[in-house]
Amino acid sequence: MITLSINGESRQFPAALTAAELIEILGYTGKRIALERNGEIVPRSTFAAQQLTDGDKLEVVVAVGGG
Amino acid sequence: MNDKLIIAGKTYNSRLLVGTGKYKDFAETRAALDASGTEIVTVAIRRTNLGQNPNEPNLLDAVPPSKFTYLPNTAGCYSAEDAVRTLRLARELLDGHSLVKLEVLGDPQSLYPNVIETIAAAKTLVAEGFQVMVYTSDDPIIAKQLEDIGCVAIMPLASLIGSGMGILNPWNLQLIMDRVRVPVIVDAGVGTASDAAIAMELGCAGVLMNTAIAGAQNPVLMASAMKKATEAGREAYLAGRMPKKLYSASPSSPTAGIISSVRD
Repeated sequence: MITLSINGESRQFPAALTAAELIEILGYTGKRIALERNGEIVPRSTFAAQQLTDGDKLEVVVAVGGG
Repeated sequence: MNDKLIIAGKTYNSRLLVGTGKYKDFAETRAALDASGTEIVTVAIRRTNLGQNPNEPNLLDAVPPSKFTYLPNTAGCYSAEDAVRTLRLARELLDGHSLVKLEVLGDPQSLYPNVIETIAAAKTLVAEGFQVMVYTSDDPIIAKQLEDIGCVAIMPLASLIGSGMGILNPWNLQLIMDRVRVPVIVDAGVGTASDAAIAMELGCAGVLMNTAIAGAQNPVLMASAMKKATEAGREAYLAGRMPKKLYSASPSSPTAGIISSVRD
């Protein structure tokens, strides 16, 4: 069991997973999103190789209307 | 007329930059942008809503980055660190796009810029290869420092964000334009068309607005008004206005050949 903080929400997962697997679970595969892990950008091209670990703080963002 | 706005080496026909916030829906956003003639649109970067259906309509579908130049902003950031992180995320989100709007706010009541944090963020972003258009106060010394750091446009407020109070200090805008060579774009405070025209008549390279359009009773019609006002103000600036002659009238019609009085 690992716990990740995603956009400020604590979420538990039964086993370790990659960034690509998390994005899939959240329904964002193929969507225009960007991911930050513990303050560092995770390039989309490295999602499959990026192993997430217990306690990671993740931010998943999109573009929205703004001035 | 060959009069283009050039920012970081890229040429634009429109001098009106428009924000994409506060519209009723994406259809109204797009209609207003089209009516404004804008080519550069600001967008915000926000957390995805984890509970929400990921297939909801998306700003990028309504306002395609292939048709508009995106200007991701750092609205809501109160520190250099958060602003830099936000724009790194924006660059990743928009496939390496480097033109950004930096704004670091000082407090949530005034949304006045924190220029110390703004300068720190600008240094980091320029070093990382971003092309930084920077929202700042109308302080001419800070404006020059931001240019020296390498910002590609200086964007002083004309009055507080979302206030619609218009151009409160034209003299400071003039002081900035006298010192800065990169485009000076009024960002924040425009309330109606005449405010945009005044900014352009002063010699600003452009105006950026959001609430003045989105907060109008008819946003699409106001977007059209802003397009015309921006163009009219620019043409008036280029035309060179007549000098003001205080307390001295001057007739427009010939003074010779006036018929004489029958009572003489």
